[in-house]
Amino acid sequence: MNSIILLAGTRALSGLLLLFSLYMLLRGHNEPGGGFIGGLIGSTGFVLYAIACGAEDARRALRVPPQNIAMAGLGIALLAGLASVVFGDPLFTGQWLFIGGTKEEGGLPFSSILVFDIGVYLVVFGSVLTLVFAMEEEI
Amino acid sequence: MISWYLATPLVLPFLTAVLAFLLRWGRAGRWISVAGNVALLGAAAILMARVLEDGVIAGQMGQWAAPFGITLAADLLSAVMVVITAITALAVSVYALADVPKRAEHLGYHALFNVLIGGVCGAFLTGDLFNLYVWFEVMLISSFGLLVLGGRPEQIDGGVKYVTLNLISTILFLSGVGLLYGMTGTLNMADLAVTVPQLENQGLVTLIAVMFMIAFGVKAAVFPLFFWLPAAYHTPFFSVSAVFAGLLTKVGVYSLMRMFTLVFTGDTGFTHEILLWVAALTMLTGVLGAAAQNDIRKILSFHIVSQIGYMIMGLALYTPLALAGAVFYLVHHIIVKANLFLVGGVAERIAGSTDLGRIGGLYKTAPLLAVLFLIPAFSLAGFPPLSGFWAKYVLVAAAIEIEGWAIAAVALVVGLLTIYSMTKIWAEAFWKPHPDGTDPTLASLSAHDRRSLIWPIASLAALTLVIGFFPEPFVTFAERAAGQLLDPTAYIEAVLGGPAT
Repeated sequence: MNSIILLAGTRALSGLLLLFSLYMLLRGHNEPGGGFIGGLIGSTGFVLYAIACGAEDARRALRVPPQNIAMAGLGIALLAGLASVVFGDPLFTGQWLFIGGTKEEGGLPFSSILVFDIGVYLVVFGSVLTLVFAMEEEI
Repeated sequence: MISWYLATPLVLPFLTAVLAFLLRWGRAGRWISVAGNVALLGAAAILMARVLEDGVIAGQMGQWAAPFGITLAADLLSAVMVVITAITALAVSVYALADVPKRAEHLGYHALFNVLIGGVCGAFLTGDLFNLYVWFEVMLISSFGLLVLGGRPEQIDGGVKYVTLNLISTILFLSGVGLLYGMTGTLNMADLAVTVPQLENQGLVTLIAVMFMIAFGVKAAVFPLFFWLPAAYHTPFFSVSAVFAGLLTKVGVYSLMRMFTLVFTGDTGFTHEILLWVAALTMLTGVLGAAAQNDIRKILSFHIVSQIGYMIMGLALYTPLALAGAVFYLVHHIIVKANLFLVGGVAERIAGSTDLGRIGGLYKTAPLLAVLFLIPAFSLAGFPPLSGFWAKYVLVAAAIEIEGWAIAAVALVVGLLTIYSMTKIWAEAFWKPHPDGTDPTLASLSAHDRRSLIWPIASLAALTLVIGFFPEPFVTFAERAAGQLLDPTAYIEAVLGGPAT
């Protein structure tokens, strides 16, 4: 599409959307984890870019093929679930690690759940972009 | 650690898919697929050993206790379905080494295939109704991808029909799930088995049961909901056809068996009567449809429909012997049907087509292939002493036992008509001379292709022979599995009682 207004808007918006998607990933749209919603918001950043500048430019801006992002995300999510095997728990049991002290001492919490959410984020992000790029190129 | 026995057959295919996809540009991807399926077979065997020893086992994912979290559970039926899935997947992944073109590999064939296998295993192992829905979606998406991978117009045509009808089925499934949840407040299958009989409004339960019957019926391709199957199954690669033919519809049959022995047993006089009619009509329409076809894959596709009827018949009769027959039939059928499609693929490779009018002479020039076709084909038709004979024998015996003369007669007549179709393929593809006057031989394939095409076929045929010649342990096993289905207390206890380990 050839529209100066859209192009100018996209420049500001797509970065903002990506940043907001990270916030959503960490916080969730309704508290715990927002991998899915974050991935959707993040992908709209690139969808907007693809509409304004064409799918080819968007692909170049993304650098990595979106299918690979989705599959890598699936792998990360699986590994996060598999982390529980090390601690002898059933699959997908959340594992918590506190960096720089115990929970009571106010250590920074880091959980396999966050890693799982990052995986989900990438799966959603990658698959939405795969679909949208393919359709954008078709038109 | 019990839950890991259940989780491993789920995790392995997805890990395989991820690795195979990321390495899809080289030769590594396809070998990862094979290796992953070897590992899956190992995991399935371990699960089976565990279930044989301990009875029903269950595990809670993420340690969320039973009716709230996602339960995985395996009784003998689930375990044997996972084993047979792994066997089929391994055979097909070896076959795919020679069958699937590079272009499809680059588009992610191996990843889609393994995701499909993961979805099938998930459906067999889950103990949660909504989770079952999720696995159905996983299967639907990956199988659609596999169907249209070649990008030919008839593939898209078949794929669209396939997806549309299956979406209708999933909508019904989801509505049923919603209604059931509204009435009981739970979707854990074992918990449903406890709460559903206590509901006051049993009329509504029967209605929901029929919704599930339609939803799973579309998946299982029973009369009158089967027409998407012959429209779609003859278009993709043969390895895709084979795994679809072997496994996909059987997930529908499995779900029917699970739900209509565990949850919807309140009004068997009504629901199982419908199932019996459906079974008879499915057998008949399938086999008559096949008689009208003139293409190997289309004939075989219609035969899937007709064979599904037998399994539904076992469920509908609802006696220990009949259910044992249905379980036996499931196992036998998956091996035989997948194998027939694989043989069809080789026939097309060397003779140039699957249209019976345009090929021939395979008996003279490729006798090995002829023998390998004969075993599954006559097993399908129910020739003694092949596996199909015992499967049909048990089912017909079960029908006669409760004096269901009509359904027994239908089963026998359909068996006879199956022979007609199989001899038609035999006479046209193998006996009559090739219409072009050429002599198609296996030697025209490269040594690598020959190995990876023939070995899976030969192994599956050997398995058919083993079941045929030593049916005793398999029938005993099927009877034990049927016993567990008819008396679900062990299943319910395994899921709900006891601490999650």
